[in-house]
Amino acid sequence: MIFQLFVALFMQPPAGQSEFVPLSQLPESEKLPAAPLLVIAYAVFLVLMVFYVWTVWRRLNKVEADMRTLEQRGMKNAR
Amino acid sequence: MFVRTAILVLKKDLAIEVKTLEIVMTTLFFAVACVLVFSFAFVREGQAPPDAAPAILWIAVAFSGTLALGRTFERERYSETLRALLLAPAPRPALYVGKLLGMIVLLALDELVLVPLIAFLFGAPMFARPLFLLLFLAAGTLAFAAVGTLFAAMLIRSRTRDVLLPILLYPITVPVIICGVRGTAALLSSPVDEPTATMWLAILIAMDVVFVTLSLWTFEPLMSE
Amino acid sequence: MRKAFAPLAVVTGLLFAIAPFVIANAPYEQTMLLIQKIFYFHVPSWVAMYCGLIVAAIASILYLFKGSKAADRYAVSAAELIVVFGLNGLISGPLWARKAWGVWWQWDVKLTSALLLWLMFVAYLLVRKYGGPGSEKLAAVVAIFGAAVSPFVYVSVNIWRTMHPKTSVVPDIIKNPTTGFAGPLLLSMLAFVLLFCLLLMLRVRLAERQDALDELYLAYED
Repeated sequence: MIFQLFVALFMQPPAGQSEFVPLSQLPESEKLPAAPLLVIAYAVFLVLMVFYVWTVWRRLNKVEADMRTLEQRGMKNAR
Repeated sequence: MFVRTAILVLKKDLAIEVKTLEIVMTTLFFAVACVLVFSFAFVREGQAPPDAAPAILWIAVAFSGTLALGRTFERERYSETLRALLLAPAPRPALYVGKLLGMIVLLALDELVLVPLIAFLFGAPMFARPLFLLLFLAAGTLAFAAVGTLFAAMLIRSRTRDVLLPILLYPITVPVIICGVRGTAALLSSPVDEPTATMWLAILIAMDVVFVTLSLWTFEPLMSE
Repeated sequence: MRKAFAPLAVVTGLLFAIAPFVIANAPYEQTMLLIQKIFYFHVPSWVAMYCGLIVAAIASILYLFKGSKAADRYAVSAAELIVVFGLNGLISGPLWARKAWGVWWQWDVKLTSALLLWLMFVAYLLVRKYGGPGSEKLAAVVAIFGAAVSPFVYVSVNIWRTMHPKTSVVPDIIKNPTTGFAGPLLLSMLAFVLLFCLLLMLRVRLAERQDALDELYLAYED
């Protein structure tokens, strides 16, 4: 969402065309380089997946740590 | 038993409301204020953009509906009457229907004022096909109120109910808004576009059926602890 | 279930390793050339998201009507995955659109319907986090309604959109797959579905441990 806000504020597209113009007939200035967008798309996928797995991993570690503390406290009280 | 319970709940709500007219008045003026704000936002050089009238109508209904839902169930929460209702040996879906009917009456009163107001402010031919428009408003209000009553009832015990209700309600009622606005716009166009309006109305009624059925089905397990 | 995790992870990893090569070797699409290659990760994201939708809806129904705690764990896990995969689709979509159509957002049917579904499941997660006690049931209802309303969303947005003149041509690659595109697409779809299953298993495990922790707390309260 933040990415899209940034984009909306700073990377406004030029005024649109009203009907479909094939790529070969567009003037050179209208053509966007495709490679950066493609790379960003695949990079975003990678970042999202890694980020998500990291958040799950972090939460899992926290839960396991809490369980260990509880069990230790429980064993202490049992004695 | 079912119908009797529903009518009893409706009568109770109406009886309470008639005494002070608190919710009716406040939501009505809120809706009017909404319309004014949107008018000032959209009107340029004395002219509203085309299709502004139906859009503003349905937005005002949605916003004041959300407010009305919050206020109605706040009243129930405050007096803890919902728990009392749930303890009563009455079929739970009947309670839902009773509250739903109450909401529809409330929103209908709002729309009774909104429609002429918008016709007046925007010169929109709202009364070209009055029966058709009535059907649209009825179907749309039912769909909105059906989901809204369920969600408002289930959020009653939640601390963040005021902000969660719109978050939950608006994405789910987007198709209702689309159908309502486009259908009403079709009714307001210069040669009235009946086939389009009928199509939107059909989708709206299908949504009514799905929403009411789902709400009746899930109300019971939702309300039980 | 637990035993399948490691082999599944290996298979998924392999699929994702060879995917870029297969995609790079796929033929260029006529009008969109290079940028169309986003499609190989964009469409499978939606496929994974809809897998999540089915799991979340069924799990929510099971939780609400049968009280199955396990179902609730699957529901919340699926909901998180819907948000993650949906976010991926919602970012890759506009990136593709910017190059292909010249605008970031065009109220395209599929993107708009997906956005609404995504919002509904963000709402699901918000309800679970901030809804207070008993919010699991509330969220389950949100999931059920979300799944039930999505066909209506698609139909109404579709008609709403086609009333405006089309400003671009959306290629119907899926409708008539030429031999070059189907292969990489199916490979990517398989990879994504397996990834979805993998992440689901991981997230459900987290939910199971959290529930076990809660029970421990309750046991030591006494």
